Amino acid sequence: MASLKDLRARIGSVKSTRKITSAMKMVAAAKLRRAQTRAEAARPYAAAMRRMLAELGAGTRGQSGLPTLLAGTGNDRIHLLIPLTSDRGLAGGFNANINRKTRDLIRQLQAEGKTVRLLPVGRKGHDYLMREFSDLIVDHVHGSGGKEIPFSAAAELGERIAAMAEKGEFDVCTVVYNRFQNVMSQTPTEMQLIPLALPANDTAASADAPVYEFEPGEEELLSSLLPRNLQVQLYATLLESAAGEQGARMTAMDNATRNAGKAIDRLTLTYNRTRQTNITNELIEIISGAQAL
Amino acid sequence: MPIEVEIVSPEKVLFSRAVEMAVIPGLEGDIAAMPDRAPMMLLLRGGVVELYENGAVTDRFFVAGGFADMTATRCTILADQAIALADLSVADGQARLAALEASYDAADKMDVPALDLLMAKMQSARAEIEAAGGEAVKAA
Repeated sequence: MASLKDLRARIGSVKSTRKITSAMKMVAAAKLRRAQTRAEAARPYAAAMRRMLAELGAGTRGQSGLPTLLAGTGNDRIHLLIPLTSDRGLAGGFNANINRKTRDLIRQLQAEGKTVRLLPVGRKGHDYLMREFSDLIVDHVHGSGGKEIPFSAAAELGERIAAMAEKGEFDVCTVVYNRFQNVMSQTPTEMQLIPLALPANDTAASADAPVYEFEPGEEELLSSLLPRNLQVQLYATLLESAAGEQGARMTAMDNATRNAGKAIDRLTLTYNRTRQTNITNELIEIISGAQAL
Repeated sequence: MPIEVEIVSPEKVLFSRAVEMAVIPGLEGDIAAMPDRAPMMLLLRGGVVELYENGAVTDRFFVAGGFADMTATRCTILADQAIALADLSVADGQARLAALEASYDAADKMDVPALDLLMAKMQSARAEIEAAGGEAVKAA
């Protein structure tokens, strides 16, 4: 049985762990609020972008010679996967879920005889995938899950992907990220970026809608809107993932704090019992010693 | 009758209100968004968006390029970067211009699309300096 001193040390260490986890929970809660506001603030731009693209896409549907970013290469052979994870751990199953989903996707695609390439964003995903699929990784990005996510981070990533698409280095590009549902739950989701899935315009509405003028031409507009759209979509997923990370961390740390509390209660009970047993034992010894005289 | 004008950057909505008229720096010249205008989409160059109420300019925003979507009742400006004119600084613009000029000099002179892009960015930076009240000297 552990001695009283051991128990005291254990209780002390669990108490300081609880302090840390509850502080982390508080920090995550504050960051979560900021991340959520930012994700919401970015929505109008993405929505307006989608509307414009739908309008433009309706006019060019079915044409040949469309930009690669819109129509893809016409093949379905090389897949580029972009798993978004955080740089830091201690966020419950946040990163593990993405890693598992990515791994399943890779296996599935490889079973179908397709080539898979990886561009992991975030240290946790990169570290994990390095172990198993290091030969598939073409590039990686770290430090995107910091305090603030500037649009330039998404812009840079988007430019890199667009350049790869132009060179025909992949046929299909998919992002795997945690979609923020609420603080408690983030769903690992896959979203195809290239070829772009345009929202289906129902024909009745677009027939009534006024015909747009374009300046300069439709093609020029499309060719500058598409890379921009890629960046905006990436930015939106980065923000969602950041909000999800804080949410996941908050939940995980809340659980950890509660568990630490329970552990402390249990240890205190054992400590008190042991202390009482020791006192009783000492008393018995003294009394039996006195009786023997 | 007013028109709903929205100026949106990727990070946030900067301006959303009904105004009388908005003058927008289109790639091929300035265009005014007014109620009952034919729907139009255009690319923007770097320049200043002016918002008119009762015949006078009430607000000015610098946009570094982007898109605009105009309909009869609404005008949405998707700016790559948008700053209220009062918050512009000449020094920032000049720093940006200097960086761009350096990368233009370093760029591969055969790569025409990349050069065009840099040129457009430099023009946007010059427009920023001018909008902030500085002199955009040193022509390319």
